[in-house]
Amino acid sequence: MKLSKVFYNGLIKENTIFVQAIGLCGLLAVTTSAINGLAMGIAVIAVTVGSNLVVSLLRKIIPNKIRIPAFIVVIATFVTVVQMFMKAYTPDLDRALGIFIPLIVVNCMILGRAEAFASKNGIIPSIVDGLGMGLGYTLAAVMLGAIREIIGAGSIFGIQLFGINFEPALIFIMPPGAFIILGILMGLFNYFRRKKESEGIKEETLDEFIYNID
Amino acid sequence: MNLFTILISTIFINNYVFAQFLGICPFLGVSNKTETAAGMGVAVTFVVTLSSVITYVVHHYILANLGLEYLQTIVFILVIAALVQLVEMFLKKSSPGLYRALGVYLPLITTNCIVLGVAILNIDNNYNIIETIVNALGASIGFAIALLLMAGVRENFELADIPKPLQGFPISLITAGLMSIAFLGFSGLV
Repeated sequence: MKLSKVFYNGLIKENTIFVQAIGLCGLLAVTTSAINGLAMGIAVIAVTVGSNLVVSLLRKIIPNKIRIPAFIVVIATFVTVVQMFMKAYTPDLDRALGIFIPLIVVNCMILGRAEAFASKNGIIPSIVDGLGMGLGYTLAAVMLGAIREIIGAGSIFGIQLFGINFEPALIFIMPPGAFIILGILMGLFNYFRRKKESEGIKEETLDEFIYNID
Repeated sequence: MNLFTILISTIFINNYVFAQFLGICPFLGVSNKTETAAGMGVAVTFVVTLSSVITYVVHHYILANLGLEYLQTIVFILVIAALVQLVEMFLKKSSPGLYRALGVYLPLITTNCIVLGVAILNIDNNYNIIETIVNALGASIGFAIALLLMAGVRENFELADIPKPLQGFPISLITAGLMSIAFLGFSGLV
């Protein structure tokens, strides 16, 4: 498999949020602003790339029967590292993300990539896969955070957009907004994907048609 | 904070699904039918309460004594994974009926963030052992209520004319958002 294909697969084709809808807990909770979404995304990238790398390195050593607990320990180690790093260097972000940093451990996406990809592939493809998947997550987190921040607080990355007379719709930075915006984003993603797929089919049938005429 | 306040607040005001976003994956994954939702609710109540007690003991008597609090995440997830396995084996042996009813949901619970989330929040909030149990019970009852409500609504989706791109997860998320607005009405109850 080509590396670019692996990367694209993680970023768009099998996007963890929009397509597979896993690992939503942390995503919904922390995306009250674009910067929080970005921070969460970077934390997830770090953990996914790290765990994919180590799992790929150890894939011939770990016995098959205890592979799931072994993967979980690897993931939990990287989560602890990220947690300590954020506590030391970005205490504000650590407070904003709170309990959802340790909860990256139970993000099924990371265990899923360790099991489905890293335990079967070499080091370089595994890193690329982790990067693609993590970036796919980050893309969703930043989009969700930015939209919620614009509607719910009238700002983006903390910069005010609309002046003082703007009445923000507070509900969108409260929990209901997270559910609704993600639902709409997922619907849009599906819409464009279906459109693209049906166009692809049309082109194919057209090709076939021309071929048949010939 | 007295025990009753903790219970009401975790079930309604700070409902773990609608207000704190814990346990969204099973909430969206297993809420297709009312029966499966009820099964999952019971299994989660069982595991969350048990794991809260055990992680409480592990944290206060082992990790805190040795000064190893930073290992919390790793130790807790291992304790929970082992506990789920043990519960599964125990149920299989002692009450096959209950095992058949809960069996399929048990392995799923390890990666349910509500279990680890409640365990960590109990420690963060400095709850004592009684408060820990009440908090765990409230959290899982709130989760079960959310799951049952959602299942009741989703059973009717089959009859509704939903636009194609919104079918499946998107419409479930939007419904959850509307329910979450309803649950906002409980704030200020206590």
